[in-house]
Amino acid sequence: MVNDRRVVITGIGVTAPGGIGTKAFWELLTAGRTATRNITLFDASGFRSRIGAECDFDPAAEGLSPQEIRRMDRAAQFGVVCAREALADSGLEEGAVPPERIGVSIGSAVGCTMGLEQEYVVLSDGGRRWLVDPAYAVQHLYGYMVPSTMACEVAWAAGAEGPVSLISTGCTAGLDAVGNGCQLIWTGRADVVIAGATDAPLSPITAACFDAIKATSPNNDDPAHASRPFDADRDGFVLGEGAAVFVLEEREAARRRGAHIYAEIVGFAGRSNAYHMTGLKPDGREMAEAIRQAMHLGRVDAADIDYINAHGSGTKQNDRHETAAFKRALGRRAYEVPVSSIKSMIGHSLGAIGAIEVAACALAIEHQVVPPTANLHTRDPECDLDYVPLTAREHPIDSVLSVGSGFGGFQTAMVIVRDRAA
Amino acid sequence: MSRRAVITGIGVTAPNGLGTEAYWAATLEGRSGLGPISRFDPAGYPVRVAGEVSDFTAAEHVPSRLIPQTDNWTHLGLTAAAWALDDAGADPAAFPEYEMAVVTASSSGGTEFGQREIERLWTKGPSWVGAYQSIAWFYAATTGQISIRHGMRGSCGVVCAEQAGALDAAGQARQLIRTGTRLVVTGGADASLCPYGLTAQYSSGRLSQGDDPGRAYLPFDVGAAGYVPGEGGAMLVVENAADAHARSAPVIYGEIAGYAATFDPRPGSGREPGLRRAMELALADAGLAAGGVDVVFADAAGVPELDLQEAAAIRAVFGPAGVPVTAPKTMTGRLYAGGAALDLAGALLAIRDGVIPPTAGVTELAPGCDLDLVRGAAREARVGTAMVVARGYGGFNAAIVVTKTD
Repeated sequence: MVNDRRVVITGIGVTAPGGIGTKAFWELLTAGRTATRNITLFDASGFRSRIGAECDFDPAAEGLSPQEIRRMDRAAQFGVVCAREALADSGLEEGAVPPERIGVSIGSAVGCTMGLEQEYVVLSDGGRRWLVDPAYAVQHLYGYMVPSTMACEVAWAAGAEGPVSLISTGCTAGLDAVGNGCQLIWTGRADVVIAGATDAPLSPITAACFDAIKATSPNNDDPAHASRPFDADRDGFVLGEGAAVFVLEEREAARRRGAHIYAEIVGFAGRSNAYHMTGLKPDGREMAEAIRQAMHLGRVDAADIDYINAHGSGTKQNDRHETAAFKRALGRRAYEVPVSSIKSMIGHSLGAIGAIEVAACALAIEHQVVPPTANLHTRDPECDLDYVPLTAREHPIDSVLSVGSGFGGFQTAMVIVRDRAA
Repeated sequence: MSRRAVITGIGVTAPNGLGTEAYWAATLEGRSGLGPISRFDPAGYPVRVAGEVSDFTAAEHVPSRLIPQTDNWTHLGLTAAAWALDDAGADPAAFPEYEMAVVTASSSGGTEFGQREIERLWTKGPSWVGAYQSIAWFYAATTGQISIRHGMRGSCGVVCAEQAGALDAAGQARQLIRTGTRLVVTGGADASLCPYGLTAQYSSGRLSQGDDPGRAYLPFDVGAAGYVPGEGGAMLVVENAADAHARSAPVIYGEIAGYAATFDPRPGSGREPGLRRAMELALADAGLAAGGVDVVFADAAGVPELDLQEAAAIRAVFGPAGVPVTAPKTMTGRLYAGGAALDLAGALLAIRDGVIPPTAGVTELAPGCDLDLVRGAAREARVGTAMVVARGYGGFNAAIVVTKTD
């Protein structure tokens, strides 16, 4: 195994609520604007929560061909558009790296749900026929059924012929996919990895299943302020959508070609709580363990962490769980370091959000600015850290911790640092 | 490399056998689990044969409170995982919690559960969707449930690469073992034999429309005309070799000696698919020459063009008729995320018993598919090293080399 290989981010592509592209994304975050609103993608009347964080996304305007638009679910479209933006941003030209040395690692929690549901409604006559009619199935229906096709689309976009995978660990899939991409480079199985995550869950079935467990905010009268992580008045998360994709490169090769390096990913670790599919114990024990391990692998101490990008979904149990985890893993440092949740602005896009948050971390390092937690007016007394309310903050940032937590008990932590001269 | 990944436990839920020994006995005898679809009336479907795990009753194997919370694919996965741990004689309570992990593959998640909930939503309204849809349908359900049931708190994972996923999951399991995890449950199971699941599979254009279960899935044969879908799969317990020896694990089936994954060139490029390269990289990773492999468990798509590609790749790596090749999945159908896991189990059992299971049904090899395909009856052979090959829809290729341990 090759142990001295390091992984840097040299290209970023983001499709997020409030604006397409990395630039629009960062402007939204630093302005502290929220992109949550009443759902327009489907008729949400009759739902408990009718709020979403939607992307104003026109696939044709983003350069997808009619064939690509037809065969790809919305989530796959996000992924491909982001991959192309990240590749262009990296300046890596096709042919510069042998295709066999390029890998792909894409995360998604719910895959092509939107396409699957829409096709089912057609084939089952509005759900009335359990025995659906196969004669009317569109040719790409199978591509919707197996989410791995989203990784295929990104591989084709990038011309990748190395290891390709779709990582689907629920709401930590984004961090896990980026971590898996790092792993491919650290272990020498690839030199470049197109890594990130995408989800487009704003469809009736996904909204209904979160309604059923009262996980999403019912604050339908004030959708712009419905995502309120760490706020005493929070009442659930806001379902979002989007994607972020990165060009990850082996650091020496990136430096040789004079690439712009946003940041280095130095540590990544996952733990499971083995407790409950949706419940979290308030002690934050397993997330703290993932944080400790990620810092250990990244050779970073608690005192080095300058910013924590929280999972911050805006459910009571999550906010208390991770606040406890930060204290457990970082001790006193947890009270000194700014912590924020960008879900307050762009909602919770399930598997995608972990990658979008990595983008926020890389850009925070790049600009030395901590994005805020919007809508945080009255802190929950049990959440007693510095959550950077309302306004972005200039702050020296060398090392960032990003965490994710998801259904199934997954807890993931990643440490991202400013590129240090060798 | 001081830390080596060995397999110490196997659990099987297959259409032709529930439990490892039942599966293996049926497979060696050439007994198929393919038959007419019974789960629903397939009369209106162009596909009427499948590999159902028909003797499986969830209530006999899955804790009752979990049954309504989970789809069939998770019932099968939970069952196989529990059997694999039993087989390994591994009591999770005796292992450090953070040094156990679960990494499974999923191809399509809880399709039948999802179909039922979407039906309720669209015919009755959003408030009729049940609370368990959020945890039963998604691809991470099986890993999450296994982790909770057995208290495994290490670095858990879920990989989707259609039929190749279970090899990637096993590769990830090996990586975890190398970096300090002591025990990993890995593998896959899938169960999408509901009307919508079958319809979606049919839309790939790769399913066999044959009505005769014995002739519907004939990889490498002149009569190849698609594959038969199945359900089920296998779970394996992977451990660090030194730890397995130290706890006197009852059996060590073999070592994951080599693994590699590649992806095909863009469609229409006219360039060679990535399968040969995956096989070569897996051999190199194992430090073995092609001549050291005693059997190849083929992907065996059953689609003429894909069979030709695979036969060409096997010939390019091993030479003409250079290695015995087999496809016991002809007796189970293709199990998606479960398929390569079941082949891994079969490869390890072939090593254990010195016997190569047959490929059922194939009578006449198609031109260009002239392989040493083990047919008719199982073939006794010294099997020290086996390669398992798998491909996933869209261009995934993966290969694993397992070797007998001393």
